[in-house]
Amino acid sequence: MSVARRALFLAASAALLAACSPSPAPQTPDAPAATSVTELDYYADEQGSAAWQKILDACAAQTGIKIERQTVPTAQMLPKILQGASSKTLPGLLFTDNPTLQQVAATGALTPLSDYGISADGYYPSIVKAGTYQGKIYGVAPGVNGLALIYNKDLLTAAGVQPPSTWDDLKAAAAKLTKDGKYGLAFSAIPSEEGTWQFLPFFWSNGAELSQLDSPQSTQALRYVTDLVTSGSASKSVVTWNQNDVADQFVAGNAAMMINGSWNLARLDEQASLHYGVVPIPVPKAGAKPVVALGGEVGAVPVTSGPTQQAAGKVLSCVLAEPIMLQWSKAHAYIPSKTAVAARFGAEQPAMQAFVDEVGSARSRTAELGEKYPKVSQALADAIQASLTGKQPADQALKTAQQAAGS
Amino acid sequence: MTLAAPVLPVPRRTGRRPRCGTRFAAWAFLLPAVAYVVVFFGYPLAANVVMSTQDYTVKSFYTGEAPFVGLANYAAVLTDPLFSTAALNTVLFTAGSLVFQFVIGLALAVFFTGRFLGSALLRSLLLLPWLLPLVVSGAVWRWMFDQDHGVLNAALRLAGLGAVPWLSSTGWALPAVILTNIWIGIPFNLVILHGGLRAIPASLHEAAALDGAGAWQRFRYVTWPLLRPVSGIVLMLGLVYTIKVFDVIMVVTGGGPANATQTLTTWSYRLSFQDFTFGRGAAVGNVLILVATGFGLLYLRSAKATLAEAAT
Repeated sequence: MSVARRALFLAASAALLAACSPSPAPQTPDAPAATSVTELDYYADEQGSAAWQKILDACAAQTGIKIERQTVPTAQMLPKILQGASSKTLPGLLFTDNPTLQQVAATGALTPLSDYGISADGYYPSIVKAGTYQGKIYGVAPGVNGLALIYNKDLLTAAGVQPPSTWDDLKAAAAKLTKDGKYGLAFSAIPSEEGTWQFLPFFWSNGAELSQLDSPQSTQALRYVTDLVTSGSASKSVVTWNQNDVADQFVAGNAAMMINGSWNLARLDEQASLHYGVVPIPVPKAGAKPVVALGGEVGAVPVTSGPTQQAAGKVLSCVLAEPIMLQWSKAHAYIPSKTAVAARFGAEQPAMQAFVDEVGSARSRTAELGEKYPKVSQALADAIQASLTGKQPADQALKTAQQAAGS
Repeated sequence: MTLAAPVLPVPRRTGRRPRCGTRFAAWAFLLPAVAYVVVFFGYPLAANVVMSTQDYTVKSFYTGEAPFVGLANYAAVLTDPLFSTAALNTVLFTAGSLVFQFVIGLALAVFFTGRFLGSALLRSLLLLPWLLPLVVSGAVWRWMFDQDHGVLNAALRLAGLGAVPWLSSTGWALPAVILTNIWIGIPFNLVILHGGLRAIPASLHEAAALDGAGAWQRFRYVTWPLLRPVSGIVLMLGLVYTIKVFDVIMVVTGGGPANATQTLTTWSYRLSFQDFTFGRGAAVGNVLILVATGFGLLYLRSAKATLAEAAT
C-alpha cells in the first residue's frame, strides 16, 4: 500500500506537528550570521551536480560560511520541502523550480529576500514575477533557461533543409527529415508539468492564455503539434519521453531536430561527432516573437532562526553576484538572470544566443495563476496526451481540460 | 522500542499475588505488539481518515491548519470523471495480473516438482525478477517496450509482424504494464506454490496412480484440492500486493498516455503530489484501504470455513 502508506506517513507527520504552533520568524536583521547553513537543491545529474558544487564551494570560501549540501531528485523536491515545513526542519537555503516558489511562499515558510538586502533590480521581469508572492520577493534565480529548437547540422545539410523559423517551415522540414527510420522532430509530451512546459511555447506564441485553455488559439496550437505526430514527423512515443529521453534520441541520431533546453548543450558538446545548431522555437507566422516558458531554479530563504537566515542570505547574495552568476551560466548552460549580464554572455557564447534572445520575451508560468498553476498545468498535460494519442480531438480535449482546471 | 522489564515481587507460593503478577506479565508481553499496532497502523490510519475530511493543502503543512469539509473530498473524488477510469483500470490490472501470475506460477511449480538436472539452478534464476528493485525492472521494460527501438518490437518485426505501439497507445499501455507486473509476480507465486506442492505426500500420488489415475486426474483430484489453502493465501496476498502497485506503473507509463494506465494508487499520488489536494488523495487512499480490507475479511472467513471443514 505504498501510496496509502505515503499518505499515511505524511498525514501522521503533519498531524504530529500540527500541535506545535508555527513560531513567527525572529525578526532580528542584525543577528550575527551562523557559521554553517544547510542547502537543498535538485541538481542530481552528474554534470549539474558538479557545476553547482563549484558555485557553493566558491561562496563558502567567499563568505566563510560552511555549506552543508543536500540534493534530492526533482520529483522529491516539493515533498521534501513540505516534510521540512511540517516538522520545522527546513534547510537554511533552498533552490527550487520557479513555478513551485509561490506554492511554498503561500505556506508562510519563506522569508522576503528584502530582509537580506537582496533586490530584484536588473533581473528579467519574468523571473522576478515568478519569485514574487503577494507583492514581496521570496525567490531570485542566479540563472534561467528556456526551450529552443536544437538541430543536427549534418542531417539538415544532407537533406538540404534550412533551420525552420515558422510553423510551416517546421512542418515541412520535419516531414522532409523523416526517413530511414529517423524522425524529423523529437519533443516531450509526458503527462506532467514537463509535458506542459514543452507545449507552452506553441501555446503562448499563438496567443493562447492559461486562463482559457479551450480558446481557438490554444486549439490551433494543439492541432498543430498533434499533426506533427499523426503525420509521422515525430514519433508516437513522444507521450512517453521525458526531456532526457528526447536528448538521448537526438544524440543517437534518431531525430534530426529536438525541442529542448539549454542545459543539454554541455552534454551535446561531449559528442565530438555531433554538430548541432540552435534556433529559437518556430513561431506561427514570420516576424512574430516566440514566447517560451521561463525555467530555472530560484533561491529562497525559509524561516529557520535569525542567525541561520542571515547566513543563508549572505550565501544567496554571493550566488547572485555577477561573477558567480556568469560562472554558473557557463558551467550549466543557463542564461544569467540579469539582463545586462545576459547580453554580454550571449555575445561571448554564440550557441547560447538563441536562448538569450528568447528569455527576453519568456513568460513566468505562475505570473497570472499563482498557486492555481499546478492544477491548470496538469489539465493541459492531460489534454495534450488525449489529443496526441487520438483519444479525443484537440478541441474536445481542451474543453475537458478547461472544465477540469476550472473546478 | 525498549520496554523496562516489569518489576515482579519475589514470588511467594501463597496468596493471590503470583496470579496478579502473571496477569501483569501477560499484559507486559502484549504491550510491544499493541504499541506497535497503535503507533504504526492505528494512528496513521486515523490520521489519514481525518486528512480525507479536511481541505488539506500545501499551506496546511506549515500552519497545521486544515478546514474540516466533511465528506466533500469523497464526493469530489467519486464524481471525478477519472474515478471510473482509475477504478476500472485497477480492476483490470489486478485481475489480469493475478490470473496470469497464478496460472504461470502454478504451471512452473508443477514443472519443478519433477527432479531433473539443473532444476534447482533454473528455479533460482526464475527468482530474479523478484530480487531486482522495481524501479530497475520498470525502467528496463520501458526500454523494451519502446515503439521504434525496443527489443519487443524488433522481435515482432523479425517474426514478420507489425510493430505494436506498446506505451504510446491508450489501448496497449494497460496490457503492457500488466505484462510487466505478471513478469514481476511469477516468482512469488512459483515459490509459495512450489512449497505447497512439496508438502503434498508423494504416497497420495502413487496411490492414485495405482488406481489408474492419469497425470491430469492426479492433478485435478489430488494436487488441486490439497493445494487449495496455499492457493488461497497466494491469491489473497497477490491481490493486496497488486492492488497497491505503484512504482511499476509510475516508472513504465507514469499513468499515461492520456490516463490509460491511471489506477487508484497512481491517481491518489497525483492528487496529493501533483495537484496538491492532499485531502482528496487521502480519500482515494482510504477507498483503496477499504477495498483491500474487504478482501482480507473475505479471506479470513473462507480460511475459517476451511479450518472448520478440516476439523469435522
